[in-house]
Amino acid sequence: MNARVLPYVLILPVTLFLGLFFLYPFVLVAKQAFGSQEGWSLENFREVVDYWKFPISLRNTLLLAAAVVPVQLALALLMATMVSKMQKGRDLILYIWTIPLGISDLAAGIIWLAIFEQSGFLNSMLNGLGVIDKPVNFLTYQHPGVVFLAIALAEIWRATAIMLVILVAGIGLIPKEYYEAADVFGASKWKQFTRITLPMLRPSLQTALVLRVILAFEIFAVVAALGGTLFPVLMGETYAYQFDLLNSGAAAAMALIILGISIGFTLIILRILRVPKGASI
Amino acid sequence: MTDATVLDVSQDTRKSGRFLYVASVVFLCAWVIVPIYLLLINTLSSPEAVNSFPKSFIPEFDFGSLQFFAGFAGMLTALKNSVIVALMTMVMSIAIGAPAGYALSRFDFRGKELFRLLILLARAFPLPLLALPLAVMFIQTGLDDTAFGLALVHTTLAIPFAVLITFSLFSGIPIELEEAAWTLGCTRLTAFTKVVLPLILPGITASAIFAFVISWNEVFAAAVLTIENRTLTAFLLQNLDTSPLHLKFAGGFILVVPALIFIFAVRKYLFAMWGIANR
Amino acid sequence: MTLISKFAGAASAIALSCVAVAAQAEVLFWSTQAKPVEESQAMREQVLSGYTAGVDYQPNDGGPWITRLNAELQAGSGSIGLLGALHGDFSAMNPDDLVDLTDVGAMAKSATFNTLAKLGTDQMQYIPWMQASYIMAANKEALQYLPEGADIDALTYDQLIAWAAKVHEATGEAKFGFPAGPDGLKHRFFQGYLYPSYTNGVVRTFASDAAVTAWEKFAELWEHTNPASTNFSFMQEQLLSGDAWIVFDYTSRLAGAFNERPDDFVAFPAPAGPTGRGFMPVLAGVAIPRTAPDMEASMALVQYMLKPETQIATLRATNFFPVVDVALPDDLPASVQAAGAAIAKMSGAADANPGLLPAGLGDKGGDFNRVFVDTFERIILARQDIRTVLDDQKGKLAAIMTATGAPCWAPDAPSEGACPVE
Repeated sequence: MNARVLPYVLILPVTLFLGLFFLYPFVLVAKQAFGSQEGWSLENFREVVDYWKFPISLRNTLLLAAAVVPVQLALALLMATMVSKMQKGRDLILYIWTIPLGISDLAAGIIWLAIFEQSGFLNSMLNGLGVIDKPVNFLTYQHPGVVFLAIALAEIWRATAIMLVILVAGIGLIPKEYYEAADVFGASKWKQFTRITLPMLRPSLQTALVLRVILAFEIFAVVAALGGTLFPVLMGETYAYQFDLLNSGAAAAMALIILGISIGFTLIILRILRVPKGASI
Repeated sequence: MTDATVLDVSQDTRKSGRFLYVASVVFLCAWVIVPIYLLLINTLSSPEAVNSFPKSFIPEFDFGSLQFFAGFAGMLTALKNSVIVALMTMVMSIAIGAPAGYALSRFDFRGKELFRLLILLARAFPLPLLALPLAVMFIQTGLDDTAFGLALVHTTLAIPFAVLITFSLFSGIPIELEEAAWTLGCTRLTAFTKVVLPLILPGITASAIFAFVISWNEVFAAAVLTIENRTLTAFLLQNLDTSPLHLKFAGGFILVVPALIFIFAVRKYLFAMWGIANR
Repeated sequence: MTLISKFAGAASAIALSCVAVAAQAEVLFWSTQAKPVEESQAMREQVLSGYTAGVDYQPNDGGPWITRLNAELQAGSGSIGLLGALHGDFSAMNPDDLVDLTDVGAMAKSATFNTLAKLGTDQMQYIPWMQASYIMAANKEALQYLPEGADIDALTYDQLIAWAAKVHEATGEAKFGFPAGPDGLKHRFFQGYLYPSYTNGVVRTFASDAAVTAWEKFAELWEHTNPASTNFSFMQEQLLSGDAWIVFDYTSRLAGAFNERPDDFVAFPAPAGPTGRGFMPVLAGVAIPRTAPDMEASMALVQYMLKPETQIATLRATNFFPVVDVALPDDLPASVQAAGAAIAKMSGAADANPGLLPAGLGDKGGDFNRVFVDTFERIILARQDIRTVLDDQKGKLAAIMTATGAPCWAPDAPSEGACPVE
């Protein structure tokens, strides 16, 4: 098979599959966003954007992504480098660090609420240490900063492993000779990290970031558990339109807005972390 | 004399570096484990203890909540369905996704950017909104209420992971390596299976883990598309939020365990044989 | 290699699952009620086990519930045999999608409920199935702080505020609990309790001066409300944990506290305002979608659900009260006894001002609720000026009423055509 046809053969199954199970329903739903009584219109978009909570939920979603994703990236890189240097117990440590992967966002919300609520574990601990004499109410409208911090911590805990796994798989492909050579020339560990690991890891970094950023804009369950009604996010508003207001046109419009934001950020990441066709030695 | 001081200092920094390293590993492990441990405490507590304050940090080993679920009708069937759907999702997403990941990393072809966009779109649109047209389609074609039908939907969610992860791994493998194999008499296919495939086993494993947990934890489509063949998540998770606290925790814990067992079973393939493992 | 053997294992699992598909003739009962795991267990084992033809009881979140139902209606064929949901869920549906149940031979005792169940048509769209109401509950430790001269069974809003304030002062913590979380039923408190008690209306009086007073009072109460209330959706949790001592919620969502520690809590009627003791029912019904696979079996199940024995079993399982005439046994769960007594006192009170469920709103029911929730969030959480917010929200409410043409319901005075916002 020649090299002009082969790539198309290779992507054909995915294309067919996504065409049938994603594009077809997607087009049907997206059409609703532009529909109204009198044919095509942007009525639904106007409606959702004009709603007073829209700017708040947009800001919350973006702020959360901006706070969480960089920390996760740094943490995942740190963990991946640490685990790849380990001689003993590497399997076990990596396993422990990937545990949150197996926990759904709903379950993560339950766990972290049990920590932060008024009679929760954090207050029990502070109480046991004698720091406080009665439980502190963390998740209230009087402390929006604490609510934000709690949500960010829970998200960092839950979703760092997604990036970690991708990076660990990628780091394994970097030939050890590079580091050996760097050692010979006396390059510091930090220099090795910035000059060898980071550039060689670019494809994996790109993938990890893109997937993580897209998921960050879809955040909902953890926020709903910890933030309650205090911290509206875009996805929560989308579900409210779809299932509380039974307004699928508006819900589709919201979802398309989220989609637009995700794709915008994805393109930026792809541009910054451009990957050449196949790595060269 | 001076030599000795230099040696001391470097040993000191190495020692403190070593200490810092171990301390951070321990800290990060604790950071991950403590919340799970707290879930375990609440799972193994009586309803009174779950609601008490201050809470104990040692479980009292009350199995009442777990016993409730042991007697819950339909749990085992639901568990079986969940495992079947998750395994099917895993196999399909890798079988369909990996070739595309290879194509993305090795070839420049027209429509490549469009194809990448399609992959990302599939991940950036919320499934609960797509569930209605999908369910209509499934009811009309007879895919409704089958494990296979649900696995098809979960595969759609997992494919972007499979394609992008395998893409990034293939991109990390020098193309010269394959070319060398071709000059040594391998065909494109044998070069691939003999040389490239072993190298990207970690990537395949990572994709498999993602596919498994995505399917395992997916509630909405499972609740809509399965009736007789409910998955454990659809069966339990969507009803937990309204349940009493002690059952909420126990149910959450039960849902976590199988996914952890799966990750444990495949974890060692996450390391490349070529990179850090064998050399 | 091991990975490959794993794939082989998975492939055989696929083959297995294809064989395992077997047809069953059970009626699929697709419900939004009795969702908590214990309640669905009780529904299956105690309520529906007596139905010999077999029922598959599946409780769901609202989202999957409506999505599956709409998919079946659109596809024109389905497996759902019986729907169980709240009045509001049914009123949002297209009347043609529900089978006429007028001749099913089962009906509620209350004529009001039966009229509601027609949803503005001339046929029974659903059959009332069970009912509940919203009540107050308190931790017994809070009772010592009751203001002097206050009777817990005949509280006023002023007394409630004074009580919550005293508890706040004595314990240093705000211990009134209000279900203002994402899944909390706060809008029902405003529609059925606060507004009727202060304005003797809901829609007509939405932006009246009396409504301003009502919100001022609520803001006062909010000063003594646990500020984490925006996370609360099921007040039984906060009663049990002690995070809240005095709470408002609906009977099913308080039941857990009474069943677990019956001696620690009391249930009592909602407070009264200048225009009486406003309260509202919760009404759940059963209906048959036009795509039901076996109409006869579904109809038979409707009849079974309305039988007195089934209704009592349902009461035990879900804390929802019967809608047909039954003699209640003495050995009911603690939660049912407490709630039943509180509801009886509430509806029997001299100043009772019962309201009805919103009717005629069609699929705008969610928008109607949002008007009240937004008003709450803007006035109480964002501290905006009450008059400004009410005048602003008034336009939205009026638009919903004109769009749907829904006539007024009690306690609003009846209207010709759409209920006006005055």
